[in-house]
Amino acid sequence: MDQNLKRDIILDNYNNPNNKGLVDDNKYIKLNMNNTSCIDELDIQILFDDKKIKDIRFEGEACAICTSSASIMTKELSGKTIKEATEIVNNFEKMIDEKDYDKNKIGEAIVYEDISKQPNRKKCALLAWWGIEKGINEHKTQD
Amino acid sequence: MKREDFPMLKQDIVYFDNGATTFKPYCVIEAIKKYYTEYTANCHRGDYKLSLKVDNEYEHVRELVKEFINAKRSEEIIFTSGATDGLNRIVFGFFKYYLNQDDEILIAKSEHASNILPWMELSRTKKVIVKYIPLDEDYKITLKSVISSITNKTKVISLAHITNVIGDVRPLKEIIDYAHKLGIIVVVDGAQAIGHMKVDVSEMGADFYVFSGHKMYGPTGIGVLYGKYNLLDKIEPLCYGGGMNATFDSTGKVQYKELPYALEAGTPNIAGVIGLGAAVRYLNDIGMNKIHEYEINLRKYLVNKLSNLSNIDIYNKNSEAGIVAFNVQDVFSQDTAIYLDKHNIYVRAGNHCAKILKEELGVKNTCRIGLAFYNNYEDVDKLIKALSNENLSRDIIF
Repeated sequence: MDQNLKRDIILDNYNNPNNKGLVDDNKYIKLNMNNTSCIDELDIQILFDDKKIKDIRFEGEACAICTSSASIMTKELSGKTIKEATEIVNNFEKMIDEKDYDKNKIGEAIVYEDISKQPNRKKCALLAWWGIEKGINEHKTQD
Repeated sequence: MKREDFPMLKQDIVYFDNGATTFKPYCVIEAIKKYYTEYTANCHRGDYKLSLKVDNEYEHVRELVKEFINAKRSEEIIFTSGATDGLNRIVFGFFKYYLNQDDEILIAKSEHASNILPWMELSRTKKVIVKYIPLDEDYKITLKSVISSITNKTKVISLAHITNVIGDVRPLKEIIDYAHKLGIIVVVDGAQAIGHMKVDVSEMGADFYVFSGHKMYGPTGIGVLYGKYNLLDKIEPLCYGGGMNATFDSTGKVQYKELPYALEAGTPNIAGVIGLGAAVRYLNDIGMNKIHEYEINLRKYLVNKLSNLSNIDIYNKNSEAGIVAFNVQDVFSQDTAIYLDKHNIYVRAGNHCAKILKEELGVKNTCRIGLAFYNNYEDVDKLIKALSNENLSRDIIF
């Protein structure tokens, strides 16, 4: 993907994030994610419907990479089954960690494929994805 | 000025994170190297020449520090690991025993975590009360605001000499004079002041004053706890062991040494002390007043240039020390810092360990510039050029 297009997608998701704003509904699992190495902080809400992720919301004060990545994550994973979502998350994490991954599995999140060139921003890109991973694990243990 | 004294400045970088730590001049690095290559030995122990030399150097630094801050006695100078260590020893070694239930501690919301959390922890375990002196429209405290916060329960006021985000120089002499008339003890966190202005603890009248070596061009892991002798002598050690005991036997009978040794258990950070001594000598040679004047003028230049940019919010225009907190409008502080990093300009982004200042500032995170005397006008010009980029909010991404 062209570098300028990637930048446009990231900026668009930063300036007009999807699924931003929490809902007052205790059916959602709620998680707070703090980036220990910087100042990103996200609250993430996930609504599960048995084996499916029905909805994801987020709120927080975070940098452009972290906020846009949270926005893209919510778009990519909402409506997916837990199995599908886990596969997407795994591939995304592999991409950030510069390991072999399946490009076709991560959708728009491909815009972060070069982020490993800025090591201090890897965690920013990952924070929301770690959140959903944690949420999925919590949901599984509740079952 | 004096840029040639700093090996780190051989790199093509603009370093503005001096509030976090400062670069070290060659003389400090050489002094530490000399200890490790020419006269390594423990102190206060040996009967041989090497150890004696270490003793002399170590104790000479205590004397240097005493003169540097104008303390009355060298026994009032305790070597610690840094300002945080010093504050914790004051809170948990002295005030834990000195304070009674419902006594009040006065601090401010612009303090660093190291001057807030020990007090909060003490208030949790001892049922004493932490209160905040209100800040004025420039986020400063005044003698008036201190007076209005004092009650008959106030037993201690603990304040930074210069705060680490706002950079205001507290009117400590006036505050301390007033507090002492009421029998209130005053603790001063000098971490942001010690490398940037002349500190005179006797004139100021501080009961305790702490600072870190690494923020005054010295090594990391070394700091100083100053206390008036009669108060310092009442601090209970938080560490027990070698070097601080005079004698003990198996029945539990023990006698501790006198100050300063009672508060320096274990092998001290000898290399750190020796490096700190080199930093003190170095700063004395330049002159603290000259450093202060230079940094203030550079700050004026920086604030003036920043003010001319239409997209910058400055939070502490009217502060007196070389610290400037700002944000680029509509850009998250961390994105600004990472963008500047691409131009090899290093600033700090975040809350700068002053996590409750946001309640006053209305903004959680800022970019912070902390000037040092080795920063020059060219550094400021480079920053202004980078911030003048019309595409800045786009260039934060890659």
